[in-house]
Order: sequence, then structure tokens, then C-alpha cells
Amino acid sequence: MNLSLRVLAFATAALIGVGFALVFFYVPNEADQGFIQKIFYLHVPLAIIALGGFIVGGIHAIRHLRSGDPVHDARSYVSIHTSVIFGVAVLITGAIWAKASWGRWWVWDEPTLVSFLIVFLLYATYYPLRYAIPDRERQARYASVFAITAGAFVPLNFMAVRAAQSLVHPRTFATADGGLTGEMWLTFLVCFAGMAALWWLLVRFELTAKRTSGQVSRLRRALDADPSLPGTGVAARIAPGTSR
Amino acid sequence: MLLAATPALPLDEAGKYVAAAYIVFVLLLLIYVGLMAAKLARISRDLEELADLAESRAEPAPAREEVRA
Repeated sequence: MNLSLRVLAFATAALIGVGFALVFFYVPNEADQGFIQKIFYLHVPLAIIALGGFIVGGIHAIRHLRSGDPVHDARSYVSIHTSVIFGVAVLITGAIWAKASWGRWWVWDEPTLVSFLIVFLLYATYYPLRYAIPDRERQARYASVFAITAGAFVPLNFMAVRAAQSLVHPRTFATADGGLTGEMWLTFLVCFAGMAALWWLLVRFELTAKRTSGQVSRLRRALDADPSLPGTGVAARIAPGTSR
Repeated sequence: MLLAATPALPLDEAGKYVAAAYIVFVLLLLIYVGLMAAKLARISRDLEELADLAESRAEPAPAREEVRA
């Protein structure tokens, strides 16, 4: 683990630790929902970071199409992949909150919930699309086109939901008469910073693993190509069926 | 608004849901870390094998033959 990754890991752990401590020991219970509103400090940052991550994936995809550099494709893929994992957490924590607040795990006529599910399912199709294409270059190009199109859909979808009349889902940040108190804002911002750091850490971690794996493959190919030992089959012994 | 009309859950009932949400988050994180650890272990094994092979190639030919045998 290089130094910056280690620093990022410690910063993430500290931010999430402080954030959760604020949630349970500092911020007061919300007047309407009481203790159940504590899920807000987990669910909302996760949702914002997941949606933001999809947009970041789209930006990397634009850079990939402009430059043809596979590094940007890897960044786009890992950003989307990490955001999908965050999306799973958003859907599960949201369902738990919905069950506690509304008595149901899911409300189908609520635009916020359904729109997030649509975005999530859209990105779930990224994997089969990507891996259905055997040629690596075409795979990266098509995946980038998908990431840009879907990434543009995210803010449009968000605006459409904000414009729609909400039935039960609260609009915490845009209410004219109040919203969050100072303590709630502080706790939310610390939790948000923690989730953002976690997303970044996981992206960096996975990119490092991918880069290392790529270097191992290069080394394997180089050893296989060594004419001094013809037919040694290093690649076949290490990773059958994946070499060359 | 339905939400505003909904009375707050008593702490003993709300606590279960809040705990469930935070536990799900931690579990997902642990699963992810576990998968990444498995991936890193595989890379480490591959590297070890490649290093062994590179070392065996660096040795003189007769010794290498012995290793290969």
C-alpha cells in the first residue's frame, strides 16, 4: 500500500468514525421521526456519492474517448463499479428506513425511490454490455459511450425528480421553512465527507489492484516470450486459459 | 405530508431498524474488503510464482534443469 493510499485509508476511517460518533452521541433526534432519522446520515450521503460517482465515471469516459488512453477507461469502470456497490447500500438502507417510517419496504409511486432504482438498474446493465464484447478496444469504447449517456441521464433524472410532486419522500435540503439544524448539518457534512473519502479510497484501492494485476500479466507475457526456454508455459501454469 | 403525520417510533423499535441499516453498511464494506483481499492474495501468489521462475532462469543451466525436473 503506497503512502497516499494509507493516508487516505486512515482519513476515511477517522471521518466515518467521527461521523458515526456524532450521529449517535451528538446530534439530537429529529422532531418528527425521532431516532429512526439517524439512518439519514448514512443513506443520503451514500445516495449522493453513488450518483456523483456515476457522473465521475461519465467524465472519465469522455476523457477516454478523447484520448484513447485505457487508464481513463479503467477509472470510468472502477468509478461506476464502486458507485453500483454504494447503490446497493442505498437501496437496502432506504428500504429499511421506508419500512420503519412508512410501514412498507418500497413505495412504487414515489418518484425519488423509483428514479434511483431506474438509475441503479441502468448501471447494472453496464457489466453485461461491457463483458459481452470480447475485443478489449471495442469493449472500452462502447462502455465509454454507455457511461457518458447514462452519466448525462443522472442529473436529468435528478432534476425531473425534484420537479415532480413528492408523495412521501422528504425534501430535506430544499424546504423553505427549516430543514436541518446546525448540529444536523455538521453531522451530515462529516458523514458526507466520510462517504466521499470511502468512495475515493475504494476507487484508488481497486485501481491499484488492477494496475498491479496488469503488471503481473505483463511480467508473465515477458517470461513466456523468453526464447531461452521455449514452451515453458508460464502463463498456462499460473492462470490457465487467461494468458496470451 | 404522510411523513409529518407519522409519529416517531419508540426507541426500542426504531433502534432495530437503525442498527440494521448501519450493520448492512458495515457488512457490505466487509464483503468488499474480503473480495479485494482474495484478489490481492491471488496477485501475490502469481507474483511469487513468477519470481520463483525468474530466479530459476537466472541460475546456471544444469541447476535449472534440476529445478525443472
